[in-house]
Amino acid sequence: MVRLADLTPEEQETHLSKVPTLKPFPSRPWVRGKPLAQRRVAIVTTAGLCVRGDRPFDSGGAGMDYRVIPSDVQAADVLMSHVSVNYDRSGFQSDWNVVFPLERLKELARDKVVGAAAAFHYSFMGAIAPITLYEGKARELAGLLKQDQVDAVLLTPV
Amino acid sequence: MSALGHYFEEEGIPTVSISLIREHTAAIKPPRALWVPFMLGRPLGVPNDAAFQRKVMAAALELLEREVGPVLDDFPEDAPYEDLGAEPEGLACPVTFPRLRSEGTLAERLADEIGQLQVWHDLAVRHRGRTTLGATGLSPAGIGEFLIASIGDGAPVSYRPDLGVAAALKLATDELKAYYYEAKSVQPGRHSPSAIENWFWMETSAGQVFFDIYKMACKSDDPSMKPLATVALVPRVARTALKARDAAAGPGAA
Repeated sequence: MVRLADLTPEEQETHLSKVPTLKPFPSRPWVRGKPLAQRRVAIVTTAGLCVRGDRPFDSGGAGMDYRVIPSDVQAADVLMSHVSVNYDRSGFQSDWNVVFPLERLKELARDKVVGAAAAFHYSFMGAIAPITLYEGKARELAGLLKQDQVDAVLLTPV
Repeated sequence: MSALGHYFEEEGIPTVSISLIREHTAAIKPPRALWVPFMLGRPLGVPNDAAFQRKVMAAALELLEREVGPVLDDFPEDAPYEDLGAEPEGLACPVTFPRLRSEGTLAERLADEIGQLQVWHDLAVRHRGRTTLGATGLSPAGIGEFLIASIGDGAPVSYRPDLGVAAALKLATDELKAYYYEAKSVQPGRHSPSAIENWFWMETSAGQVFFDIYKMACKSDDPSMKPLATVALVPRVARTALKARDAAAGPGAA
């Protein structure tokens, strides 16, 4: 298992060197909601995923925009185009749910643990610095999520 | 990841994030996060274990019902040990086993290697019902030819007019590596993720070609090539090992 302590000293240093650049935001938003069993949940990932035929993410880091992943997408049609190679991709190649757990979410909805899976899910490119670059597109996407009646978002990194 | 949670929440949408690097999440303090002690690239822990993935999902989603925050909880379990690889039952294994060539030019060795892996990749697609290849529109052999041309004499040329050279190299290298990984994962034997990574970088001609592209990117004045010299091509861990191998081989070695 990979905790920072399990990584090579060089990898530890790479990740720890970013900590001083990461500051808490000045505000502490906290939104309460309905019981989980009544919520409509969307997955938003920073794994650089896109649907086959859609534009892959650009390696230059111009990745502040996002890609739309419809809830009825097939596993065979979801691709990964992430700028970084410093993480495992073999898990995603074997089972997309290890990164983008759409099938698990649908099961939780079927079992009434959550109310429903949203009609659309989304992917950004991760590893963008500074993280405040996400603000514009994140606020834009919030409007789309609200139109889809989403009242819970599960965020998954790689 | 944590930044997205902050902005969505400011816009009125409750969020919970899975965190892979606890130190980063603790610094940013997003509204709700579940730190998981899993490998980078596997936020749900382990492939093909729906019960474990559901457990992680449930632990994360439960944080949405907390009364006060910010919340940064720790998931208490390590991911189950997992080797990639096909279940042998019901699979007709190809009879050809890959023998990586040690003679010939790098272009010949790469072409031979890609050809040898094709039956295994076909098997992987049958086994998994999917492949993550396809972003370039090229065949694996076509990708190999493009990559060899890019490290030949003369300036590299993209395989698609609407795609710059650096972006084309990134898509092509990601896709060819996925071809190798998907093929390797169904060969006989048990394959941990680190074993496949080590095989790719230290034992294949493709790993050598990628390292040559990396060295070309390091020397390039073109700013668009910079990602290939940093995060986008050769992982830091592999880079260290490959440089050590070059140094051990002495001056004049590839």
